[in-house]
Amino acid sequence: MPSLPDMGTPDVMALARAAADAQPHHDDPHVADPHLADVALRPAFFDWLCRMGDNALILGHRLSEWCGHGPALEEDIAIANTALDLIGHAQLWLGLAAEVEGQGRTADDLAFLRDTLRFRNVKLVELPNGDMAVTLVRQFLFDAWAFGMLRGLTASTSPRVAGIAAKALKEVSYHLERSSDLVVRLGDGTDESHARMQDALDRLWPYAGELFAADAVDDAVAAAGIAPALSDLKPDWQRTVDEVLAEATLTRPEVRFDVHLGGKQGRHTEHLGFILAPMQFLQRAYPGASW
Amino acid sequence: MQTTLPSIAEVWGWLAAVPDPEIPVVSVTDLGIVRDVRWHDGTLVVAVTPTYSGCPATAFIDLAIETSLRARGVEHVRLERRLSPPWTTDWVTPEGREKLRAYGIAPPIDGTASDGGTAARAARLSGRSNLTVACPRCGSGATERISQFGSTPCKASYRCTDCLEPFDYFKCH
Repeated sequence: MPSLPDMGTPDVMALARAAADAQPHHDDPHVADPHLADVALRPAFFDWLCRMGDNALILGHRLSEWCGHGPALEEDIAIANTALDLIGHAQLWLGLAAEVEGQGRTADDLAFLRDTLRFRNVKLVELPNGDMAVTLVRQFLFDAWAFGMLRGLTASTSPRVAGIAAKALKEVSYHLERSSDLVVRLGDGTDESHARMQDALDRLWPYAGELFAADAVDDAVAAAGIAPALSDLKPDWQRTVDEVLAEATLTRPEVRFDVHLGGKQGRHTEHLGFILAPMQFLQRAYPGASW
Repeated sequence: MQTTLPSIAEVWGWLAAVPDPEIPVVSVTDLGIVRDVRWHDGTLVVAVTPTYSGCPATAFIDLAIETSLRARGVEHVRLERRLSPPWTTDWVTPEGREKLRAYGIAPPIDGTASDGGTAARAARLSGRSNLTVACPRCGSGATERISQFGSTPCKASYRCTDCLEPFDYFKCH
């Protein structure tokens, strides 16, 4: 089912396209990529690119909610900057997704005109920010995964994917350093900060496994050499997580980490709709609006 | 009327006068973000690489480049985004680095980019980090990081414990 158009404006997609056409044309035309013409691979490639883009977009949007509310000015700025990087990654991934799809959609169309069922992010990134401990533990678990994924993607058989990954990896390396530093500092901090960090870890842990839960889409892009197999990323992720948690005097929960699945297939928590409502309002109410 | 297209070298000269919108003391060529300039069927094609993926200045930089080229009489201009290889501060020119320092921003220290590794974290936490950012005002190496991020994505916040001035460090990236 495609996303429903705005009720008052039946031709919302055409308006959005016209606005996008009016923007300067930007891409990497000098990079030839054989995968872009692979029709059989197209549905899986598109879906997988949406997963990459939606993870970055939804986490970036969540982090942006801290802007102006951080516990200290430096943290506020750091979180906003991380959000900015992630939204930049979302633009790149969703832009390529739209190109692969070949239906004339743009990154903006994908971000602003899909409904929850069409979003492909893992549930971990859509969870509410909670306190600073929840925000930081979520960030650390995600950064450690993104770092390994992007590093693997720099060797992708798709030059366009490899190009985006090389760009994003530099920024995510910095994010990972920051989030692991803070997990250590707050985990091995005061009694209060330690308790909050352990509580956040206990709550988020059952969501982390979705990052490694492969389905037919992941298998198809891995078989094409576009992305590494998710199972290959797990040992490094576990090592990083164990190292940082040990240093942070935090205890890795004993429960399974792959309890809450389904986000990658479009089955989300109720929280995603509450993110999309303010995020998509403007393009829904004023289709094609630009500045 | 037959007109002669300006030479590529001349265009590079013009671009060297286009300031970065957020750090206007350096130009877009000082930052190393202009990757290619060429004529294609009478259209001037300028390939620009973004500094950071989400840098909000990217659109302004494109606009500034286009505006300046049109002001020089170039009618047909096309800007191209060049993502690979990704921008690195290694491309900031020596002149650019001096301009940053004179402006009060410590220039990037090559070879210290984050690699996400745990060795760097261990070094930092134990105070053994080898990254010494000299104060751009007094030159002292007695400085400390206040925040990993600063007023723009490309900078971090530092302070000098000798002259006590806070300053921006243009991160190695």
